[in-house]
Amino acid sequence: MAKRESTFGNMLLALTVVTLISSASLGFVYELTKGPIAAAKLAKKNEALQSVLPEFNNHPVEEVYKKAVDGDTLYFFPARRDSQLVGTAVETFSPKGFGGTIRLMVGFLPDGTINNVAVLEHKETPGLGDKMDRKKSDWSVQFEGKNPKNFKLAVKKDGGDVQAITASTISSRAFCDAVERAYNSLMKGGQQ
Amino acid sequence: MNQWNNFSKGIFKENAVFVQVLGMCPTLGVTTSAYNGLGMGLATTFVLLMSNIVVSMVKGFIPDKVRIPAYIVIIASFVTIVELIMQAFVPVLFDELGLFIPLIVVNCLVLGRSEAFASKNNVLSSAVDGLGMGLGFTLALFMLGSIRELLGSGAWLGIKFIHGDGMLLFILAPGAFIALAYLIAIMNRVNRRNA
Amino acid sequence: MEYIIIFISAIFVNNIVLAKFLGICPFIGVSSRLETSVGMTGAVAFVMVIATIVTYLIQYYILKPLSIGFMQTITFILVIAALVQLVEIILKKVSPALYQALGIYLPLITTNCAVLGVAILTIQNGYNLPEAAVFSFATAIGFGLALVLLSSMRESLDLVDIPKGMKGIPVAFIIAGILSMAFMGFAGLV
Repeated sequence: MAKRESTFGNMLLALTVVTLISSASLGFVYELTKGPIAAAKLAKKNEALQSVLPEFNNHPVEEVYKKAVDGDTLYFFPARRDSQLVGTAVETFSPKGFGGTIRLMVGFLPDGTINNVAVLEHKETPGLGDKMDRKKSDWSVQFEGKNPKNFKLAVKKDGGDVQAITASTISSRAFCDAVERAYNSLMKGGQQ
Repeated sequence: MNQWNNFSKGIFKENAVFVQVLGMCPTLGVTTSAYNGLGMGLATTFVLLMSNIVVSMVKGFIPDKVRIPAYIVIIASFVTIVELIMQAFVPVLFDELGLFIPLIVVNCLVLGRSEAFASKNNVLSSAVDGLGMGLGFTLALFMLGSIRELLGSGAWLGIKFIHGDGMLLFILAPGAFIALAYLIAIMNRVNRRNA
Repeated sequence: MEYIIIFISAIFVNNIVLAKFLGICPFIGVSSRLETSVGMTGAVAFVMVIATIVTYLIQYYILKPLSIGFMQTITFILVIAALVQLVEIILKKVSPALYQALGIYLPLITTNCAVLGVAILTIQNGYNLPEAAVFSFATAIGFGLALVLLSSMRESLDLVDIPKGMKGIPVAFIIAGILSMAFMGFAGLV
């Protein structure tokens, strides 16, 4: 097949056809994967909820309510067992992470005690700051069963009660910051 | 050229990372573990294979002056397809690789093969070339990831060999540069001896 | 205050080359001479700031309202490629002197992943428009800083006797590794 001449018409035609075909196929793949992507996101959220909350039998994702704090949004997921509130999970954030914003899911019992914490999203250094993730290390176990009323959410260096991750004080501070933000807004009338 | 040579040149003689020093950003950025290196390599291989095939199919239709933008559109489409598929079926890996998935589009290796090979050869040769180059790239990323994971966290493919931490330096940014420097130096030596 | 933090962090703490691994190809490719590094930096800064602002507008005024976010990669790269061409043409007409200085680097910028990387990072970090402009400019400075540091060291390396296998690219990577280690010291800065 001979190369086509680079006339204006030919160039326009070729680019239009290529762009049309590619956007059509992209749209097709997007439609195809839309369902699975949404399902994967929901599964991730449900998994996080289950790991941070006591046993529940409602659908916290359907009862979610939100509150704008510090230029971002906190999401509250109330968990009930037989319509009795057993805890609230708060999807919280901190912009102070070493590699950018971190997002956590913090599960609180009705009295404000931390039940468990799961990391949703972070860009911390692999091997150092990423130890906040339970998949990488047991560091975040120290938060379990603590009530921020008498457990100061700050690293020991800053006069708090949290043992920082070795060589990752910044990541640890961000983690505390996120948990504290969740606790404060939950206590300030965030609980429903 | 017979197809076997065509395939194997991408893995050894013209290896994208060790010999041509192309696609350095993902090579350094995502190789904190062997698994991530493998995932990134395979994603790139897919894009390379598909874009090589399509470019060699449409090469007669595209006028010379607009071939680069046309190739970029083709490559970007396949990158987006990979993005969507990974998001749907391997969301954890997608989160780990993050920014580097859309950046496959500016991996000089991909555009380089379209321009230098697929635009001049038939579909079969181009497919073989893309596959070879992609697997060579994957191999390099997997090796670098393995070295960094072994030295940095004392593990391989997530299996721990030692208690506690390894030499953290290798997981961090400086270790990426240094490990790659030695790998290239070793490959230089091996290639020179074979030549 | 916000802007100063973005500025410092993009140059030192999250240096685009040494911490984020973007733009490595030109970092290694053109860093053997100091003069070319300076030229490349100028061209990158120019394109990066314009591209970030344009892609920002496209993201928030076209892609988002139409909810076709999945077209992000393809749109951004096309915009960058077109911009590079446009900048080249305009520069040639308006300022031949500047074109002389930056011209040969411009075509290389389309495949500089730092430019696309910054455009995407701006969206991911949720910056507003002035923040995006500051961020992209600071990132370009950070890129330039790393490039100038490396090239000045590589120039002196010409006089040193290095083992044969390490010559050229491997030793450049070793220096980059040491530089990156030095930059980690900035971590506590912000």
